[in-house]
Amino acid sequence: MSSYVEGVAILLGLNIIAVLGVSILTGFTRLFSFGNAGFMAIGAYGSAILTTKYGIPFIPAIIISAAFSGLIAYLIGALTLKLRGDYFLIATLGFGESVRVLFAYIEPITGGARGFTAIPKYTNFYITAISVVIAFIFAWNLVHSKTGRDLIAVREQEAAAEAVGINTFASKQLAFVISAVYAGWAGALYSHNLTFITPEMFNLAKSAELTITTVIGGLGSLTGSVLGTLLVTLLPELFRSLASYRMLIYGIAVVAVIVLKPDGLYGYREFSINRIISYLKKVFVKAPKKGADIVERNT
Amino acid sequence: MFIQQLANGISVGGIYALMATGYALIYSLLGFSNWAHGEVAMIGAYIAIISVLNAKFPLPIAIIIGIIIAGVFSFINEKIAYKRIRDNKSPTMFLMIAAMGLSTTYQNAATNIFGAKFKIFPGLFAVAFHIGKITIGSLDLISLIVSLVSLVVLDITINHTKVGLGIRSVASNSYTASLMGINVDRYISLVFLVAGMYAGCAGILLGMKYTVYPTMGNVALKAFISSVLGGLGSVRGAIIGALVIGIMETMVTAYLSSGLRDLFTFMLLVIILLVKPSGLMGVHVEEKA
Repeated sequence: MSSYVEGVAILLGLNIIAVLGVSILTGFTRLFSFGNAGFMAIGAYGSAILTTKYGIPFIPAIIISAAFSGLIAYLIGALTLKLRGDYFLIATLGFGESVRVLFAYIEPITGGARGFTAIPKYTNFYITAISVVIAFIFAWNLVHSKTGRDLIAVREQEAAAEAVGINTFASKQLAFVISAVYAGWAGALYSHNLTFITPEMFNLAKSAELTITTVIGGLGSLTGSVLGTLLVTLLPELFRSLASYRMLIYGIAVVAVIVLKPDGLYGYREFSINRIISYLKKVFVKAPKKGADIVERNT
Repeated sequence: MFIQQLANGISVGGIYALMATGYALIYSLLGFSNWAHGEVAMIGAYIAIISVLNAKFPLPIAIIIGIIIAGVFSFINEKIAYKRIRDNKSPTMFLMIAAMGLSTTYQNAATNIFGAKFKIFPGLFAVAFHIGKITIGSLDLISLIVSLVSLVVLDITINHTKVGLGIRSVASNSYTASLMGINVDRYISLVFLVAGMYAGCAGILLGMKYTVYPTMGNVALKAFISSVLGGLGSVRGAIIGALVIGIMETMVTAYLSSGLRDLFTFMLLVIILLVKPSGLMGVHVEEKA
């Protein structure tokens, strides 16, 4: 594999992990967060500090920093999840931006605004690929379990979910913690892939990008999120010559999807071969049958 | 020294207030935060500056053109994106995502059209006025007066005119308002137009005080925090919130460190949400099933 292809594949992989986290939070629980880049930053800086300053091996460093992200999310969630949806979003925005500004300020530990340099390059294709597979299987099993159905119930009708005995607060907190662990995990892979990170990489725009990708892929669909990430990550790579128009096209695409196809690419359903086959049947087989019917009736 | 910083803070807060009232007005009608608001301010500043530099209009006319075009862009945003999303009956959060998309679009369009370089308003000369112990620059004084007058006009319009009554009725309950024969869409369009013009005005003032560049709209985040602090949807709250943020920022910069300025602002945002989510003057509404 050429290093360019490997680089793109790693980028794709870690984006998928971060977006899967947002997908569980936003797609299945309908909590919008504009602070997940903050959790990515915690994972990225945490693992970088663990491997460079304490000599901890890469895999335990990923696990510790992702778990730490989750712990922070648990604490933040305990305080903010009782807020209404849009206030929760604003609180996560405040959290994410606070993390960024704080990391830029504590220069002795993080290198400040100039960035954290000389992180060893541990992330490779295999670690990323295995991470993606684990992340996807875990997410898939979660949303198809009783816990996952609780999350969906919270999304559809919170008051009704509470009335049938679902602990909605605990469900929301679980979704938030998982999304933070995924973000921290992606962040740890990110810093050991780039070998150089600055707080500015984890700004509000990054958080928004994760949420936007989830919406483009389709809310309530894990495969949709993967597909959305593929599109958002690979299309810009294909149109490198249009680099300066890249973000412009991206912005227009976001508005177009939201306005014209609000369910996203795969809203509320998963990718399935069977559905594609039945769809193709409907298009190619049924259509002439209908015509045949009419012909029969006429004669 | 303290009074001097206070004067600077109020001058910055006034500009924030011009944008924060836009957030408050739009939130009160549609229940979402218009993230493209800062970019409307940026467009106003760019239109004004190219009217001066390239089209050679005199400055006052250029400013008026900039304000009007900013209003028009805000109006167009509502027509091409937000109205359709409302008609689709999508979740309110989708309006925010669309606004994020619009914001990215305008920022990058501006970079492609005007370049990433800073532009400076020509022909501005700063004269310092001495009032008692405090020294205030002419630009600060102008922005203070402009924002004060605009905010008072807005407050009177909303609270004491028939148009204002219409806006308040749509904000209170748009469905009931439509039953009473109020053209809800027309009021929403009007609010977007006015909010855009105020944002354009703020953008031009900021551009004169500092410089004009494609990502200058990011400062609207501070205006947004002001409107949360004052209580989402409350115009008077937004004005007070903006003054508080403006004063706090200049004080933190003057007495602590400029690196801590934004941290204080964001922490204040989180704290106000935890302590009193409805803000200083907002009305707390329980989420309906």
